[in-house]
Amino acid sequence: MSQVMLRTTALAKSFTLHLQGGVRIPVLSAIGLDLHSGECIVLSGPSGVGKSTLMRSLYGNYRAESGHILIRHRGEMVDLATADPRTILAVRHETLGYVSQFLRVVPRVPAVDVVAEVPTGRGASQDEARRIATDLLLRLNIPRRLHGLPPATFSGGEQQRVNLARGFIGNHPVLLLDEPTASLDAENRAVVISMINEAKARGTAIIAICHDAEVRDAIADRLFALTPLQDAA
Amino acid sequence: MTDETLLSARKLSLSYGMLPALVDVDVDLWPGEMLAVVGESGSGKTTLLNVLSGRLAPDAGAVWYRDPDGHLHDVHAMPAPALRTLHRSDWGFVHQDPRQNLRMNVTAGGNVGERLMAQGARHYGSIREQAIDWLTQVEIDAGRIDDMPRTFSGGMLQRLQIARTLVTHPRLVFMDEPTGSLDVSVQARLLDLIRSLVTRLNIAVVLVTHDIGVARLLAHRIIVMQRGRVVETGLTDQVLDDPQHPYTQLLVSSVLHA
Amino acid sequence: MKGYNFAYLDEQTKRMIRRALLKAVAIPGHQVPFGSREMPLPYGWGTGGIQVTASVLGAGDVLKVIDQGADDTTNAVSIRRFFARTAGVHTTTRTADATVIQTRHRIPEQTLRDDQIIVYQVPQPEPLYRLESSRIETRRMHALADYGLMHVKLYEDIARFGQISISYDYPVMVNRRHLMSPSPIPAFDNPKLHRMPTLQLFGAGREKRIYAIPPWTEVRSLDFDDHPFRPIRAPHPCGLCGATDSYLDEVVIDDRGGRLFVCSDTDHCAERRAAGHVGTEGLKEAAE
Repeated sequence: MSQVMLRTTALAKSFTLHLQGGVRIPVLSAIGLDLHSGECIVLSGPSGVGKSTLMRSLYGNYRAESGHILIRHRGEMVDLATADPRTILAVRHETLGYVSQFLRVVPRVPAVDVVAEVPTGRGASQDEARRIATDLLLRLNIPRRLHGLPPATFSGGEQQRVNLARGFIGNHPVLLLDEPTASLDAENRAVVISMINEAKARGTAIIAICHDAEVRDAIADRLFALTPLQDAA
Repeated sequence: MTDETLLSARKLSLSYGMLPALVDVDVDLWPGEMLAVVGESGSGKTTLLNVLSGRLAPDAGAVWYRDPDGHLHDVHAMPAPALRTLHRSDWGFVHQDPRQNLRMNVTAGGNVGERLMAQGARHYGSIREQAIDWLTQVEIDAGRIDDMPRTFSGGMLQRLQIARTLVTHPRLVFMDEPTGSLDVSVQARLLDLIRSLVTRLNIAVVLVTHDIGVARLLAHRIIVMQRGRVVETGLTDQVLDDPQHPYTQLLVSSVLHA
Repeated sequence: MKGYNFAYLDEQTKRMIRRALLKAVAIPGHQVPFGSREMPLPYGWGTGGIQVTASVLGAGDVLKVIDQGADDTTNAVSIRRFFARTAGVHTTTRTADATVIQTRHRIPEQTLRDDQIIVYQVPQPEPLYRLESSRIETRRMHALADYGLMHVKLYEDIARFGQISISYDYPVMVNRRHLMSPSPIPAFDNPKLHRMPTLQLFGAGREKRIYAIPPWTEVRSLDFDDHPFRPIRAPHPCGLCGATDSYLDEVVIDDRGGRLFVCSDTDHCAERRAAGHVGTEGLKEAAE
């Protein structure tokens, strides 16, 4: 049996909007989820149900309100819900990868370096990191002439593929994918599907949000359904 | 990842007359970490920077610095010569206005070389070599080494200040609005430069800025200050994307998105 | 001289200056403030030097005064006469015979002894004066021995001119601790400061500072390893005495651009000539 890589227990998240008179919006409640190595779980549920909120909470981008987010980091289960910032950064560095819907980088850095930054951050040489980054960008059909340009000038689909390259280059044992194929054409969707399946074969545990039924069927081992909460107005 | 902090401050308090500039502020900084201090004008962030760097004594509280040998020093109890030595070797300070730090009547090379000479470097050729190396690292043409800073643009001046500060490989650099006086067009270049240099040289940075975008791009952690108090602190993206405190929510929601 | 105290200054003032001198000797190269008095000559003519001389002079001393190496210029003659009248001391132009030598801008060529005192007239005691305008800051730099800025000046010289272009008032490190202005002596004289057997006293009247170099103190001219300090000397022998190792003045001798290089130290030159040394000009005279 493959081992549990990520486990949430009784995870809850709400937002308190102080600028709107302190109104509290509960989004997640009692989320219990087990993710094993080599497994891909796709979150399902209607729009606005909190799929992205769950993803961001799992990444530590949103602060879990209660419950636990245990992740296997360096062989031990670390609770991201209570971990200090430096531990969360270390987990993101080595264990937990995230492909968001939007690329957010320093404005003038060339695409190849945006991607190569992950391996250089782990001590790879600049040349080696650029070589791996170039291969990955080419596989995602980013033409070589764009590699030296900052992605800010790219189309939405190109930016998304740079983002995917940046997410996949780290070979993190746990990967969070938020609409990885949303703005891609059929050809690039196929590339991403095969990259995801290769990662799974290597033992990567994946949680994804994916509205495209075709992609979902191709990558999901199981679905995890989120249901709307009552507004506690 | 080491668990020993490079700089730690506990219970810092300072008032300007009746006006509290710092109230019970704690700060921890680890080697190689970038910490942003954000807040509006008058929130106490520049005061905090000055107290952390030993330039301004607090009314109460202490700042501890761990030297390369692992010894802790109470920054405000250090003898003046030791603090000054620290400021010209292990530490650096990058001002918003580079003219405050640079010698405007000394060539670019002399400006970069000064800290080396203050540390006892006495070989002209090697000082010059290092000056050229650092000008190149901050993307200033080595051919400008004998030019006066007054012939430089604002962005170049700021990069020259960074070269002058980093030439002694400090472990800790204090930055006060380093991109504040620059046109938006050159800000990005400087941000990228700071980020890559600081990462490569494993320098810890305390960065004061009112620009949340700058904090997001550079900082690992963030401290949000309001009226001298730390109202929120944590992982930069968590604090900015999921702000808990009313003031942080106001700060984040006030930013214009391009 | 009636109506005046010995050596012009009253005894309390001399005591105050001696206390400053003792402190200056105790901290070689450190500038000690003192209550500079109005003297009967203008600032820039040696008011600091003359007060130091007045404070160290005893009835048995023999005084020599030089200005740019010469015993016979107005300034030197006036100060010598001043002390002859107010202190009644013997004066001399011979370096070897003097016990106290007050100087403006030179050190005599003849090696000085441990039973002599040399007093320098100093216009600007602060070596960092042109580099850092704040006195508070320069004082702090001295306190912390933070002298990188002085080397920046030397660096700038080499970057601009290919060499250190300071030809006089060349900064020195005294006793490996204090940066000091040697007064506007030529850089040629700087090596004589080092481990001199003689007590060296410096007085700046307008700036109200006294400093000192005790006998046998280490005095190093600032430089770089790859641009070492080099005392500069005009590449000529003295026209009068033929000396090839003394500091020379360039003198215009006619209205056709004729020039003559002669020893700036007039006593040195005269003694050499008395001993039979002859330069090119002397040979011409002999031929005529």
